[in-house]
Amino acid sequence: MNKTLKAFGLALALSTALAGMAMAQPTEVRIGVALEPPALDPTAGAAEAIDIVVYQNVFEGLTRIDQNGAVQPGLADSWTISDDGLTYTFKLHDGVTFHDGTTFDAEDVKFTFDRILGADSVNAHREFYEPITSITVIDPLTIELKLDRQIGRFLFDLGRGDAVIVAPESADNNANDPIGTGPFAFVQWDKGSRVVLEAYGPYWGEPVHLTKASYVFIGDTATLTNALLAGDIDGTNNFSTDALAVFENNPQFKVLVGTTEGETILSTNNKRPPFDNLKVRQAMAHALDRQAIIDGTTNGYGTPIGAPFAPHNPYYVDLTGTYPYDPEAARALLAEAGYPDGFSATLKLPPVPYARTSGQIIASQFAAVGIKLELINVEWAQWLEDVYANKDFDLSIISHVEPFDIGNYANPDYYFGYDNPEFQALIETLNGTVDETKRKALAVEAQTILAKDAVNGYLFELAQTGVWNAKLTGMWQNSPIEGLVLRDIAWTE
Amino acid sequence: MIAFTLRRFLGFAATLLVAALVIFWLLDLLPGDPAQFILGINATPESVARLRVQMGLDAPAHERFLAWIWGMLQGDFGMSYTQRAPVAELIWARLAVTLPLSIFAMVISIVVGLPLGILAARRRGKLLDTAIMVTAQTGVAIPNFWFGMLLTLLFAVTLRWLPPGGFTPWNEDGGAAFRGLILPSLALALPQASILARVMRTALVDVTGQDYIRTARAKGLTMGEAVWRHGVRNALLPVLTILGLQFAYLVAGTIIVENVFYLPGLGRLIFTAISERDLILVRGATIILIVTVTATMLLTDIAYALVDPRLRERSAP
Repeated sequence: MNKTLKAFGLALALSTALAGMAMAQPTEVRIGVALEPPALDPTAGAAEAIDIVVYQNVFEGLTRIDQNGAVQPGLADSWTISDDGLTYTFKLHDGVTFHDGTTFDAEDVKFTFDRILGADSVNAHREFYEPITSITVIDPLTIELKLDRQIGRFLFDLGRGDAVIVAPESADNNANDPIGTGPFAFVQWDKGSRVVLEAYGPYWGEPVHLTKASYVFIGDTATLTNALLAGDIDGTNNFSTDALAVFENNPQFKVLVGTTEGETILSTNNKRPPFDNLKVRQAMAHALDRQAIIDGTTNGYGTPIGAPFAPHNPYYVDLTGTYPYDPEAARALLAEAGYPDGFSATLKLPPVPYARTSGQIIASQFAAVGIKLELINVEWAQWLEDVYANKDFDLSIISHVEPFDIGNYANPDYYFGYDNPEFQALIETLNGTVDETKRKALAVEAQTILAKDAVNGYLFELAQTGVWNAKLTGMWQNSPIEGLVLRDIAWTE
Repeated sequence: MIAFTLRRFLGFAATLLVAALVIFWLLDLLPGDPAQFILGINATPESVARLRVQMGLDAPAHERFLAWIWGMLQGDFGMSYTQRAPVAELIWARLAVTLPLSIFAMVISIVVGLPLGILAARRRGKLLDTAIMVTAQTGVAIPNFWFGMLLTLLFAVTLRWLPPGGFTPWNEDGGAAFRGLILPSLALALPQASILARVMRTALVDVTGQDYIRTARAKGLTMGEAVWRHGVRNALLPVLTILGLQFAYLVAGTIIVENVFYLPGLGRLIFTAISERDLILVRGATIILIVTVTATMLLTDIAYALVDPRLRERSAP
């Protein structure tokens, strides 16, 4: 008995000591994320969940996007652009290795872009790189890309998850065994449960603070709350605003509220009557009370927008006053358009909470001016097929989460069917312009056209609401690009 | 007995074939394109078309059906569209969670439910009987996801005895894996145990009024001995039926509890696969579930015949 007690006491003391040691220098982080990625290859899928895990952690591109959305050198230390803006020459970093030990050089860059542009490419964003006409390896650490036209945001596009550099030896297996050059190497993926990454010792750049990071997949908000409270996970990058109050006044946690690239819009089928009538779209814009929608949908987190453009972007111009909330004006415009008694339409809602909730609020705001909405809930796959691919819808609600996606409005075949040659010409000029001042003037003009044309109902910019252990630092507050970058995250006392 | 088993087995095979046809056809009718889902809303139509071809989605339905059946007969369930990994491997990994979870829940519900049912029947009309039956009624009524949340709040958030969820693979840390399954199996077992207790009580009460119990009593056995030797065995028949159904329900119906405890089980796999239109994975997993359920039924039938010899004689040719 006595012996057992002693042994027990010893074990207890030992485990306390071990726990104490672990407490002093934690270098591991466990992050809860809502969605599990279907695969881990960011060059063969568009799911944000892929970038959350691997972007800038496992994989890197020639450039990288920082917390403020600016372009920084990545695998390319420096670059020169020819005077005509068509030839980019990149100097690559020396001594970089992939996680499987193979050396990174210009041949890998060539392979990456050949693969994106190849005949059986399944890159979700091939169109960004399609102006590349030739890829030439000058020497193992120099590569030259030639374009057939100027692209103002080419360096940004090179920093996207779609253009991370992969190796010919491992590219085919990246979906389940991703091998990149980043500061963290992939260790294991317990499907349905978590992905584990480990700091890569021979990493070429500044050493990272963490030794290990796990992404734990927890879809349910209540469950995620419990896991945070129980200390089973250390944080999450985007937590439901409904339950944020639990953590706001808890000193063990910090809540980081920042911006995202998600413009939430009331997508409108511009090809289908009565929405092909500008007066009807203006009336709908006047009928929207954005602040009420934000308060009801995201508990006040989110910024009203008057055009499909992110408020934190340097080119942003506030156009929320173009058609202010004014039900009287809405009714008058409907009468002018020939709908004195309003009309009926359907509103197809994908399964994201912001869409389902704001759908109900908009339905009541529209009812006040005589527009009767029938709400139809659809699944994601069904939304993609009905609304997006077949354009079979009147109205829908969706957040467009890609950075700088205003160019979609220049594509007449895009699902909301906006066909304005003047705007298309403007975007082409913008894409081909490199000068910052001129780019800004053009971007402001583009936003103004879209605001005046009321192509869609512009609702709000989604906020990013992270919840983290109070002792963690270095998380990105804003999300200028899809990802959850571990580079600067560290534990402090 | 052999003829009986053989006949049941043929029925089993026929059920599977019909089920395979229905599953294939129904899922083909679902709106939604897996390739579009993978590449998202900014992908070019050309990329989507190339991916469809790569996944073999451009072939006609009957060709895909035959290829699927032929593959499964050889043990090949195909490659998952969205996860790019063999379907069989994905399902197998999930069974390592769902099967132990179902078995634990089953064992807990038998160990708790049956004795309580017997006890209630023996004390029929007394206070204990009422107390057990009220508890059982409550147990049936409480949704198991809610019970799961309550368990987490108490044992994980407040007391910190057990993890709030998640699952450590068996080969990594068996003890942690086991601890991770305790709360979910309790949550799953509560309604099952309640149902079992009620069924056991009713069956035993029915049996106690039978002539053979009176005969046993006349031969000099006490009531307890008579019930134990003759009553319980006869009362087990309806209980076995319920058990068979319950196990099937547990394997297929763990999805809600798997979500509450974020366990990487089969239910969650199927749920995600449906929303991502990973049709080949949905089909494979559904077939496995149907095999499990029908095989359980088959075993229940055989067990039935073992417990009650009259059944097998009646069905003999």
